[in-house]
Amino acid sequence: MTRFISAEQLHKTYYLGDDVEVPALRGVSLEVGKGEFVAIMGPSGSGKSTFMNLLGCLDIPTRGRLLLEDVELSSLTPNQLAEIRNRKIGFVFQNFNLLPRTSSLENVELPVLYSGADASKRHRLAVEALERVGLKGKIHNLSNQLSGGEQQRVAIARALVNNPSLILADEPTGNLDTQTSAEIMQILKELNDVYGITIILITHEADIARYARRQVFFRDGTIVHDQ
Amino acid sequence: MDLFITIRVALRALRKNKLRSLLTVLGVVIGVCAVITLVNMGSGAQIAIEKAISGLGTNLLIIFPGSVTKGGIRTGYGTVTTLTVEDAQAIQEECPAVQMVTPLVNTAAQVVFQNQNWGTSAFGVNPDYQRIKNWPLEHGEFFTLQDVKAATKVCVLGKTVAEKLFGGQNPVGQVIRMKRIPFRVVGVLTPKGQTAFGQDQDDTIVVPYTTAQKRLVGITYLTMVMASAISLDLMADAQDQISNLLRHRHQIKKGEDDDFTVRNLADLIGVFSTITRILTLLLGSIASISLVVGGIGIMNIMLVSVTERTREIGIRMSVGAKPKDILLQFLLEAVLLSLMGGSIGIFLGIGLTSAVTYFTGWPSPVSLYAILVAFLFAAGVGIFFGLYPARKASRMNPIEALRYE
Repeated sequence: MTRFISAEQLHKTYYLGDDVEVPALRGVSLEVGKGEFVAIMGPSGSGKSTFMNLLGCLDIPTRGRLLLEDVELSSLTPNQLAEIRNRKIGFVFQNFNLLPRTSSLENVELPVLYSGADASKRHRLAVEALERVGLKGKIHNLSNQLSGGEQQRVAIARALVNNPSLILADEPTGNLDTQTSAEIMQILKELNDVYGITIILITHEADIARYARRQVFFRDGTIVHDQ
Repeated sequence: MDLFITIRVALRALRKNKLRSLLTVLGVVIGVCAVITLVNMGSGAQIAIEKAISGLGTNLLIIFPGSVTKGGIRTGYGTVTTLTVEDAQAIQEECPAVQMVTPLVNTAAQVVFQNQNWGTSAFGVNPDYQRIKNWPLEHGEFFTLQDVKAATKVCVLGKTVAEKLFGGQNPVGQVIRMKRIPFRVVGVLTPKGQTAFGQDQDDTIVVPYTTAQKRLVGITYLTMVMASAISLDLMADAQDQISNLLRHRHQIKKGEDDDFTVRNLADLIGVFSTITRILTLLLGSIASISLVVGGIGIMNIMLVSVTERTREIGIRMSVGAKPKDILLQFLLEAVLLSLMGGSIGIFLGIGLTSAVTYFTGWPSPVSLYAILVAFLFAAGVGIFFGLYPARKASRMNPIEALRYE
């Protein structure tokens, strides 16, 4: 397995005011190979979301090294980080985070828009992505006219529209019932199996974590268990 | 992301809040409309004033005989008898910038017709006087050069004099008396109204200057000479040429004072146009204040909008929007708002100007310059007041923006 993500002694400290330090990560080291499906578990405040924000290029580490496909993330400019988010990473959030009062199609087109593709390519990619998550018939529905499960499918379509190598899912089933959760997890698993997309999944439900082949436990900003 | 798409995204965002966008735009609409209307009305006033002044004869030059100093006593204007008919002829012949010249002899006169009489001032002139003063006739004709040569006893009445002596009757062909001398009325001038200083220009009687010299006053010199320059631009040339000619004719040595004075109305026009220009500028700046207020309205709404759409900004950032993409999006929204306001304001301003022209009759030309300035100013307002909210949006932390409720 080729090295895909490599974290070495990763630290992230938040500063509240002038002298209040909140250490969120205290020396996390982790290697993830290409095509892995990893579940990250742990109680609230254990640092798993912080770790994911760093991986997702939404934030930069205070100390330590973090490499994505051998690129050191902490040395990149905001524009370069935006570029990586756009081309290599897809996000799936617990609360879906779709643009309100906007159609599925336009929501899915958004990442393609920022990658600078022309209108016809944008449309084609978005329709393909929506077909892949089984929403072919609802491409013109507005986001607030969809059920929770459908909204999460739109979000997954948006995450994979630019053909990323990494999907970061932050409690993707947290707002869904068991049945729908299973469907969403099935889609993610398929993306991993069929397309070889590396998936990092944050959850605190054990049965959701079971979809992943590897489970990493966080506590107090460090990894306590990796299986 | 290209500009066209950004414009579409911005437009869609504005459409989603129609009423709010409309009210925001209204501020700019009123500002631009006010600027255009007031500037147009200002330049309309300028034209009206210039027209009124040019009615007085804008390219008019008046040559008075000057004062003389004798034994330390300086007499006033017109007290010397140095200005002659020959001077007037010489000006006509030798000054290329001068178009028309008339000698002028004036005197106070009591005019009598049957049992009516009226005190007025009589002007002895030649037929060019009518053209210099640009003064059409209501009845009859002006006297001719033959009348001047023969010193005929004919006269042309000002409207006021005609009314005082004849009431509603047509005076042409009637005979009036001045200093017991009978004058045949050959024409009546159209009313010209009062001067800017309240003097009734129609309270006058015009006769050939030869007749005035010989029969009414008994002099051989002139009270003044009136001349018109070929054009307004040649006023200064005409003035110089007349001065040089008269100094030469009157044998005035270098360093000595002129024994005459040349005056013109161009200075007056200059003063009035300066006043109206200042007025227009003043009105325009007052109107600009409302445009700035409109801009502040845009800034206010954009700040609200940025806060409201914090999560949207976070989403856009998470899928790969660069800070400059976000900046451009919000900046374009502000600029579009102000440009929409600008366009509507221009049309409204033109409409309002036309309405003012229609109802008051003031000339108010639609100034292309004012439209251009107002439009660019509106765009500038959009950029200026949109930049701060847009920068605020582009500098958001994506994690916090995504978490924003």
